[in-house]
Amino acid sequence: MTLIKTSFNRRSFLKSTTLASGGMLLGFSWLASCKGKTEAELMQMPKEWFDINGFLKIGDNGIVTIMSPNPEIGQNVKTAMPMIVAEELDIAWKDVIVEQAPLNTDIFKRQLAGGSQSIRAGWQSLRMAGATARHMLIAAAAEAWQVPAKEITTSNGVLTHEASGKSANYGEMASAASLMEIPEEVELKDPKDFHIISTDRKNVDGLKIVTGKPLFGLDQKEEGMLTAMIIHPPAFGYTFKSLDAESAKAMPGIKDVFPIDVYPEGVEKQWSDGGGIAKLVAVVGESTWQCMQAKKEVKVTWEKPDKLESTATYEEALTELLDTPAKAPARKDGDFEKAFKGAAKVIERTYSAPFLSHNTMEPMNFFADVTADKAILKGPIQTPEFLEKTLASVLNMPVENIDIMMTRMGGGFGRRLYGHFGVEAAVISKKVQAPIKLVYTREDDMTQGTYRPAYKVRFKAGLDNDNNLIAWYVKGVGTNDDLIFENRFPAGAVPNYLAEKDMLQTQITTGAWRAPRSNFIAGAEQAFMDEVAEMAGKDPIDFRLELFEKAITAPVGDPKTNDYDPERYAGVLKLVKEKSNWNQNNGDKARGVSAYYCHNSYVAQVLELTMDRNKPKVDKVWCAVDCGIVINPISARNQIEGGIIDGIGHATYSQMTFKDGAPQQENFDSYHLIRNQEAPKEIETFFVDNGIDPTGLGEPSLPPIIGALANAMYKATGKRFYNQPFILEKEVVG
Amino acid sequence: MANFSIKINGKTQELEVDGSTPMLWVLRDHLNLVGTKYGCGIAQCGACTIHLDGNAVRSCQLPVSAVGEKEITTIEGLSENGDHPVQKAWLEEDVYQCGYCQAGQIMSASALLNRNPNPSDSEIEDAMNGNICRCGTYTRIKKAIKTAVASDNAS
Ligand code: FES
Ligand code: FES
Repeated sequence: MTLIKTSFNRRSFLKSTTLASGGMLLGFSWLASCKGKTEAELMQMPKEWFDINGFLKIGDNGIVTIMSPNPEIGQNVKTAMPMIVAEELDIAWKDVIVEQAPLNTDIFKRQLAGGSQSIRAGWQSLRMAGATARHMLIAAAAEAWQVPAKEITTSNGVLTHEASGKSANYGEMASAASLMEIPEEVELKDPKDFHIISTDRKNVDGLKIVTGKPLFGLDQKEEGMLTAMIIHPPAFGYTFKSLDAESAKAMPGIKDVFPIDVYPEGVEKQWSDGGGIAKLVAVVGESTWQCMQAKKEVKVTWEKPDKLESTATYEEALTELLDTPAKAPARKDGDFEKAFKGAAKVIERTYSAPFLSHNTMEPMNFFADVTADKAILKGPIQTPEFLEKTLASVLNMPVENIDIMMTRMGGGFGRRLYGHFGVEAAVISKKVQAPIKLVYTREDDMTQGTYRPAYKVRFKAGLDNDNNLIAWYVKGVGTNDDLIFENRFPAGAVPNYLAEKDMLQTQITTGAWRAPRSNFIAGAEQAFMDEVAEMAGKDPIDFRLELFEKAITAPVGDPKTNDYDPERYAGVLKLVKEKSNWNQNNGDKARGVSAYYCHNSYVAQVLELTMDRNKPKVDKVWCAVDCGIVINPISARNQIEGGIIDGIGHATYSQMTFKDGAPQQENFDSYHLIRNQEAPKEIETFFVDNGIDPTGLGEPSLPPIIGALANAMYKATGKRFYNQPFILEKEVVG
Repeated sequence: MANFSIKINGKTQELEVDGSTPMLWVLRDHLNLVGTKYGCGIAQCGACTIHLDGNAVRSCQLPVSAVGEKEITTIEGLSENGDHPVQKAWLEEDVYQCGYCQAGQIMSASALLNRNPNPSDSEIEDAMNGNICRCGTYTRIKKAIKTAVASDNAS
């Protein structure tokens, strides 16, 4: 039995219960969740709801509404987070209705989608919310039945007192429970008693998705709403100068065309405003198509900067950075230079990767209705709390007057961490004094990005006479990002280790893109590791396991500085070795292996492919994952599969290039995203069952797969692949 | 502006709209059928896929003036209660991640099964290649199509 202290903000909690008596809780309407339900289901809706805490309310018939606090970007937290609450509440999953919570940081902590941390960071508070409600229901029953609380048991939404033979469902006790004291301390379930967690539960929005219900930001429609679009500079570095919109304004359905100051001088910006452009042009009209046509008619003059940057400029500058001695090491163990000079065998390799666009399938958009003293916003955003802060400054309005609601998101991948589009929507609504929905075209979306940085990394390694790895050097550089996690593997497993890093400031805006940094460094490191193992004449898995063994038995430096656990790392590698029958002879198919740790989770993969002319045809991927307790296996596997396909796709096919500051890819005709035919035929995922608290899942399967792919492509072609996208490497094309 | 009368999901809709407006925007903006999604506007992603007389077409490339007498089916009209075999298979396999591309995927898949009730693996891949899923649910999409085929064969 685990006891934890509850940590509700009691004042805000009281505020919300008072509101709830009017049938509304914090501005959300439960009726909204009834759409798409059949009549029979609607019949079973409770007549009255009792608010137990901000996370959940119980209907008089025992139906429970659970709020999902965090933004849903396709990582399926909207199912997983309520599962955790339901588990501790001890209710049957079929009696649960899930709703997206609005932004309310008094009740919900960290309402943010990013870093694969929703479940890890929410684990305790979600369990506490469910357990607290269960505790209050028991207390209510104890009082009603005049029996000791500790003699009351719960199961699937029913309270039972065995000795007296009394029992009641949660609905019957909900009213009394809602008036009970919030306990200072609650008991959590023993994980072996879990009956919802670690079982397959289908996506709570599934039926709405397959029937095309309005779920996404782009689907929002409000009374009197106009459509708005923006025109941003044609290239990075340009700024607004003047506007000629007369002919556009005369077009059918067009209400107005005007410049907007998104971030006027002196406003307080948040980190999440990265990628936001200070001054843009807005086109407002009745319909999307009319705005799209008018956009083409608007003539904007832009101020050209003295210096413009291109992909080629960066190529050279990044190489120069690699060649320039670093000011200080990021980490240094032993003496790399000396060991490298004295080594029996040495190897040095350089890897690179281009900028990438996020390309969420749903382009950026946001609804805003801003009046003199109130701002209502609704849309797809990973960082609502930060958007609210920026809006307070831009609109000069207290945060209490700003309401932000989150819609389901047609993908995030980090792009929707940067909420400038929400600010743009608010500024446009304020100017036209009407509710508006801002819509980016695909071209707007792809060309005003917060791109994955372009990177280069150089590795050097040295082996002694017995083929032991004695020296390892890594230097990473990137645009606005310095790439290296100096305390990750193989740090701690090599006696002479040197890590260096540096970055290049660029006009092109960059930001977090699914598994930041790891999305490149993992693949490069694991491909290099493969070459080192080959030079050592060792099996690539055995070679890695030997290193983990060193990190366990004789770690270099203080093992606490290494941010990985070598046992768990080795664990996934052994598991994937077993499941893929690594040692078996597999005919004409080539295999590659890779392992990586990020977002507190461990992943190892084996990838099997054949080459179809210049393209890799991935027949199968075996993937072993250690992310602690898996909340919802069916969707956890989906995340793993998605990350693998995402990684293979981008490393093989995708790139964003720039010429004189202008993005050279604007839509999916020139930007190649992986398609159905190019996706792996089969992916099999295996989770380590260890009962450890859950860790990240939305990102960790992406980084290593690029290494497994490169290593398998080498086996198939005899050529190593150093530069992404691999499809452009001469060896493949020629 | 011109007047059009178009058959959508079994009903005739009267519209006053510019004839060049793509069906995608007629559906979304004028008829409030927002299940059909915008992804690229240039026939590259398949998010906007609808049926025109049972065949999959990209509604972003279909001007309202070109529809004429043909019948349009959108995701909202594919079945009464989300129980078309393809929708059921999608629910069964829990295909979606963000879900944004899935209406288009389902419309392409159901059109494929209309004309070819027993597609091979490569026929599935061919038919679905025009539908991008940025979340990478391709393996589940393939599996769900097979599930739909199997359920159809069973019934
Ligand atoms: S929106 Fe029509 S194919 Fe992409
Ligand atoms: S499920 Fe997100 S784009 Fe397909």
